[in-house]
Amino acid sequence: MGEAIVITSGKGGVGKTTTSANIGTALALQGKKVCMVDTDIGLRNLDVVMGLENRIIYDLVDVAEGRCRLSQALVKDKRFEELYLLPAAQTKDKDAVNPKQVKAMVDELKKEFDYVIIDCPAGIEHGFRNAVAGADKAIVVTTPEHAAVRDADRIIGLLEKEGLFGTRLVINRVRPKMIKNKEMLDIEDICQVLAIDLLGVVPDDEHVIKAANEGEPTVMNPNSQASIAFRNIARRILGDAVPLMALEEKKGAMARVKKFFGFG
Amino acid sequence: MRNPPERKDFAGSNENCMGVWRLEAVASAKKQLVTIKGVKEGLIFQLNDDCAFDDLLGDLKDKLGNTHDRFLDGPEVSVQIRLGKRWLTDDQLDRLRKMIEKKKNLRIQSVESDVVPREMLFDETGRLKLVRGIVRAGQTLFHDGDLLLVGDVNPGGTIAATGDIYVIGSLRGVAHAGVNGREEAIIVASHMKPTQLRIAGVISRPPEEGGLEETFMEFAYLNSGIMQIDKIANIGRIRPGGQHA
Repeated sequence: MGEAIVITSGKGGVGKTTTSANIGTALALQGKKVCMVDTDIGLRNLDVVMGLENRIIYDLVDVAEGRCRLSQALVKDKRFEELYLLPAAQTKDKDAVNPKQVKAMVDELKKEFDYVIIDCPAGIEHGFRNAVAGADKAIVVTTPEHAAVRDADRIIGLLEKEGLFGTRLVINRVRPKMIKNKEMLDIEDICQVLAIDLLGVVPDDEHVIKAANEGEPTVMNPNSQASIAFRNIARRILGDAVPLMALEEKKGAMARVKKFFGFG
Repeated sequence: MRNPPERKDFAGSNENCMGVWRLEAVASAKKQLVTIKGVKEGLIFQLNDDCAFDDLLGDLKDKLGNTHDRFLDGPEVSVQIRLGKRWLTDDQLDRLRKMIEKKKNLRIQSVESDVVPREMLFDETGRLKLVRGIVRAGQTLFHDGDLLLVGDVNPGGTIAATGDIYVIGSLRGVAHAGVNGREEAIIVASHMKPTQLRIAGVISRPPEEGGLEETFMEFAYLNSGIMQIDKIANIGRIRPGGQHA
């Protein structure tokens, strides 16, 4: 029996889909059998980021409405044998499926796969409830901005209301230099407000944008800092104690964070 | 309160015991229902609380008119009436007052009862609720009474109470004490960094410039309708009450 992890954030544009794609790929890179589920019905992106758009035949709504079997809708990744995507429908909207249906699909996928990574749409409405319905665990993605942290906090509260505890945090698009100059929220401050375990810190990396546009997850490139961060996140999900990497000459603060979370 | 009435006789002596001298006089064969004590501030009438009210009035009348008459004349003296575990109706209270005030020099200062009427027990100030956890963005924690939160209030979160609010943790969101208009309500936080503070109808926000990062416990209160924040050390002076013995 696998584990279903929902990747959520509340706020849009903080990198949920990128994070989902990269965590999913990084887990596959570690030899795990992974299925990614895009629940952003009507605004699907995960297939584009993964470069699988042209392979889609059926989607999540087709499965929910009984037009195909679940296995028929799964799109196999072009890089990994054991990485699959269950795409969202592009033509319908969030109301096309209900949480019960999504939960049934996720439960079925969990029998087949080690990890089911659920990409959650932005917002806290129907789409959010769909995405979290089948999840065992949650990862909240935020960026070092007040608005994103605020929404992440709201989401953590809603996840707890849905019975999902032990949510972990990914702080995306961190610019160490800006933090050093006090122009960006400090990682320690974010962790203090949100009061959940830090799963990883991903530096802002131009390569991420380039990779997404090429339909190639960042983790495939071993030279990118963000890639290493995502690989570390995947290893932490698997239970390894990987220390947070030092972001550029930012040793002081990172060492403090490491110490704070007992990684260092 | 239920101790048997004093039997000791000092026959008018003003023997000093722990700063309280007793006027207990002339032992009577009858059960003492009213005990009169003299203290620095005046007289304390300790009324027995497990006899009929009319018996109590009878004994009081007897003491005031006969046995204690000679002690109770003289200059004006204030009287504290202690009812013990007895609760008086307004009518009974009125009769009691009239009887005592027949003595022109006795001035009733207070009437105290250990009994609290139901409404007062359920009064907003009487109930403290303890909550543990974090009030996150979008969440509201409300309690009809005083509220003690062990945990943080995050930005975007709201904590509200009809009484006082005590936060053992960081108050970063909105806190509203005395929501029904209780201006005496206060907001206490170990780390006071609120988005906004409200007491009764007064709304206040911290100054725009960051100011110093205070790390000591503080509390907010209304001073003539203006929100003020002070160190916790001054709470006893600003909002006395509920102090330990």
